[in-house]
Order: sequence, then structure tokens, then C-alpha cells
Amino acid sequence: MNALAYSFSDSATMLRRQLRHMVRYPSLTLIVVGMPVVFLLLFVFVFGGTLGAGLGGAAVASGTGGSRAAYLKYVTPGILIMTLAAVVQGTAISVAMDMTGGIVARFRTMSISRTSVLTGHVLGSMVQAVLAIGLVLAVAVLLGFRPSASPMEWLGAIGLLAIASFALIWLAVALGMVTDSVESASNLPMPLILLPFLGSAFVPTDSMPGPLKLFAEYQPFTPIIETLRGLLTGTSFGNDGILAVAWCVGIAAVSYLWAMRLYERHSVH
Amino acid sequence: MNTNNSGPTIQVHGLRKSYGRQVVLDGIDFEVAQGTVYSLLGPNGSGKTTTIQILSTLISADDGHVRVAGHDLSREPDAVRAAIGVTGQFSAVDKFLTGEENLVLMADLRHMGKREGRHRAAELLDRFDLAEAANKPVSTYSGGMQRRLDLAMTLVGDPQIIFLDEPTAGLDPRSRRTMWQIVRGLVASGVTIFLTTQYLEEADQLADRIAVLDHGKLVAQGTAAELKRLVPGGHISLQFTDAIAFDKAALLLTPTSRDDEALTLQVPAGGDVRSLKSMLDRLDDAGIEVDGLTVHMPDLDDVFLAFTGHPDTTEHQEAIAR
Repeated sequence: MNALAYSFSDSATMLRRQLRHMVRYPSLTLIVVGMPVVFLLLFVFVFGGTLGAGLGGAAVASGTGGSRAAYLKYVTPGILIMTLAAVVQGTAISVAMDMTGGIVARFRTMSISRTSVLTGHVLGSMVQAVLAIGLVLAVAVLLGFRPSASPMEWLGAIGLLAIASFALIWLAVALGMVTDSVESASNLPMPLILLPFLGSAFVPTDSMPGPLKLFAEYQPFTPIIETLRGLLTGTSFGNDGILAVAWCVGIAAVSYLWAMRLYERHSVH
Repeated sequence: MNTNNSGPTIQVHGLRKSYGRQVVLDGIDFEVAQGTVYSLLGPNGSGKTTTIQILSTLISADDGHVRVAGHDLSREPDAVRAAIGVTGQFSAVDKFLTGEENLVLMADLRHMGKREGRHRAAELLDRFDLAEAANKPVSTYSGGMQRRLDLAMTLVGDPQIIFLDEPTAGLDPRSRRTMWQIVRGLVASGVTIFLTTQYLEEADQLADRIAVLDHGKLVAQGTAAELKRLVPGGHISLQFTDAIAFDKAALLLTPTSRDDEALTLQVPAGGDVRSLKSMLDRLDDAGIEVDGLTVHMPDLDDVFLAFTGHPDTTEHQEAIAR
């Protein structure tokens, strides 16, 4: 019981440390938010008119304000997931910076809970993810995005974003430790930013050619995006919900074990 | 320093560590008495840092028995961690936080109460002359300030044993002396200190016992005085302007080496004033004019030559050049 209390207290201390970093360097959060906002503006205003028209009659007709508004409605959930990918890139960088510096070596020589260093990073990134997603959603609402979610659907959407963040953040924590340099740690999560493009974030997977379509339909981001889209805008998502939760739980579990293993074995040089 | 009433607080027997085929520690044994300063002396690559990393639970040994503060290192690492403090070679501070926040972070991780933690932080900031910079981010600190903060963070939990890995590497002479004073103050308060260094002078200044580490083996152990007595290499270089004086001096004194081209003689000497004066008097009586004189004290190179039969490696030169 005592050990458990210390474990909580150590994790809370490490979370406070991460929050201090965020408060002291707000530019880190703003950079993370910047990319998805730029993508949102780019896709809605530059490609939105055409892409919206291509979504098909039903989508355009259900929207009020033509194909651009219809595309905003389509793309916003995808952009929100992309925001997560941007947040976890920051996570990998800050974990790598910690591991290459001397401070983690100090933590290892102290009688503190072994998981607390990583838990602090995960919780800190969760807070950052909430802020980033909130900001990007606010921009989408300013542009005219109007979610049709009921209170239950909102809960579902928040829950889904929470477990997706949790899973991707643990993955990023592991990626941040798998290399010895901060530079490569910042590149490793790149595929996470590209994967939404190869899924249903920007265009329906039906519009893609054979093999790509197959990949798009079976990669983890597609069911997560489809579920979020369904919850926020009322499209049907069938068994994507279960798939999304299963992917998140799977990624979280594997990444957690991988990260802990890397942390225990991590070279101290 | 009182060592009579307490047994060893660090016991190391047959400690071995290899990385692949490279043997870093090849079976070392030593004991450190409580309340004393023990210094591991050696060049880069001799295994000093590896020893500290093993004793401070950062990495595991391949073989050997180690007890630190009464606890078996491999069976009770957490009990060892609770008793020790470590200041490594690379600054272990959070550069994004202020000095005070760094110290409070340590207090929180030592599970001290909020008020107690703040009090301790303020006290240490004062003691380490960092009070003025307490609320500035550590990234703005000088090298010496960061090193002091690093050590202050190590002291937050009042550790019984402190490991210092090259505590003055890269510091200017003034910061180095400040660090020495801090170490002396700690020992006076009853803490045991295990430190590594490349400088004989530093070991000489601080340590009760010195062990010389070379290629993963302890080649000598003893007090500074004992080691220096064993180490030749203290000598005086005499330079002459004309060859006649040079030859006369070479006959008068018993030089260990002579350089006929540079007209330089090396005469063994302990470096004390009396023997220096008597030698100069003898030269004076013989009417020999000496152009220049340099006194060489035994240094790490001499220690290595004496104990290992080979001069210090080039790595040492690089370390000094840096």
C-alpha cells in the first residue's frame, strides 16, 4: 500500500515537472497545434471545394453551405487524429531529450518508482493532447464545423480520443527511447503523421485504387477516424468502434511493455 | 578524519564488467571506511565511471560482491538507492526548470513534506551560493553553477554516501577550489565520499585513501603520502648557457638524464626547499652559472609509469586539451 502511494506520488511529481516545462515553453504546444491547423485550413480552403464535391451527393446534400462545408465536416475528425500524431511526435522528442541528458540517470539512482519517469511523460502528453485537440477543434468550429453529437456521443468521442492518445503516446515514449539521438527520435513518429493520409482522414477509402484501398481499410487509423467521425457527425461506423478500441488497447499494451523494457535496459552513457 | 569507530560502508570484492569482448573492470577489490574520502584515480577509459555506475545501481556487474551502506547491491538496490547520492560527469539537472524547482523536485522525489522540501531547497541554495539565481532557468547558469546545483540536488535527501564522478572536470581553477571546499565540508559532517578523478592533485587534496585504476585493474592503493613516496619522477631541470658549465654541473651533481644539445640536466629531488637550496649552494660554490631552473612534481604520468610500467595513455592528454 505504501509502495503504491509512493508510486502515485512519484508519478504526480513527474507530471508536475512536465507541466512546468509546458508552461515555461508554451511554444512547444503551439508548434504541435500549428501543423494540424495549417492542414485544416489548407484542405478546407484550397482542396475543400473540389474534395467536398467528390464526397458524393448524400454528403453534400446533408451539409448546409455546399461542398466546402461538407468537406470541413468530413475532414475535421481526421485532422483531430492527426493532431494526436503531432502531439506524440513532441512526446518522442522530449523523452529522447530526457534520456540523452543526465537527469534520468539521476532518477535511476534514486529510490523512486521505476515507472514514474515514463508515467510523467505520458500524463504530461495527455494534458498536451487535450489542449491541442481542444484548440484545433475550436478552429474547426470557427470555420463552421458543427458537430451533431448527443451528450452520449460526446462522451464516446472523448473516451475514444483518450484511449487513442494513451496508446499513441506510449508508442512515442518507446520510440523516444529506441534511438540514441534526439534527431532520429523526432523522425521516428513521422509515419504516424502520414498514416492518416493513407486512411480515411482526407478522402473515403472507397475512392482509392485496389492495394492502397486494402491497406487503408485495415490500418489502425481508419477505424479510429471512422468511429470519431461517426460519433461527432452522425455517419454510420458499424463495427469500426470495436476495431478502434481493439487497436488502441493492443497498441497501448505492446507499447507499454516495449517502453518499460527499453527503460530498464537503456544504456546510461 | 575519524575512521576508528566504524567499519567499511562500501565493500567491493571481485567486481567484473565487460561490454562484449572489451573488459572494463577485471576483478577489483576495495573497501571504503565510513566518513572518509576514497578516490579512484585513473585516465579516461580506465573504468572509473563504470565503477561508479555499478556502485550507484545504474548498471549491473557481471560478477563480484558489492555491499553499499550495509545492503547487498544486487538484492536490495532500492535500499542502496535510499542511502546514496550521485553526481555524475554529465550534469544531471533539468535545464528547463529553475534552480529552486530542481531542488524541490528532488525533495518531492525523496517524499519530503512540502514545507520541509522548500526549507531544504532554500538552505541548499544559500549554502551553494545560488540564492540569487534561484528563480532563473538552469539553462542560464554557468558551468560552475550547474555543477554546484547538481551537487546540491544530490544532497537534498541527506545521503550517507556520495558518489562524485570527476566533480571538477571542465571547471576553472576557482570553481575547482570551491568544489574542494564543499567536499571537505561534507566529510566534516560525517558523509562518506567516493570520488573519481584524473588529477593526482585533486586526490591528494581530498582523499584519505587513493586507488589507482588502470585498464580495469587496481594497480595501487594507499594514502596520498604513501603513493607519492612510491612514485619517483619529482625532479629539477637545470638549463645552462655554456657547455663548460654544463659539463661541470653534470660531474658535480648526479643527473638522471642529460640533454647535450639543449644543455639541460635532470636532477632527482623531492621538491622541498632545503634540498633545492643546498643544491644551488653547491653549484654556487663551484662557480657554475645556471641559466634556468624548473621544479617538476610527480604527476599522474609519473604515477602511471611507476605502477603500470607504461606511461599514461593519449586519452589523458586529450582530456587535458579539452
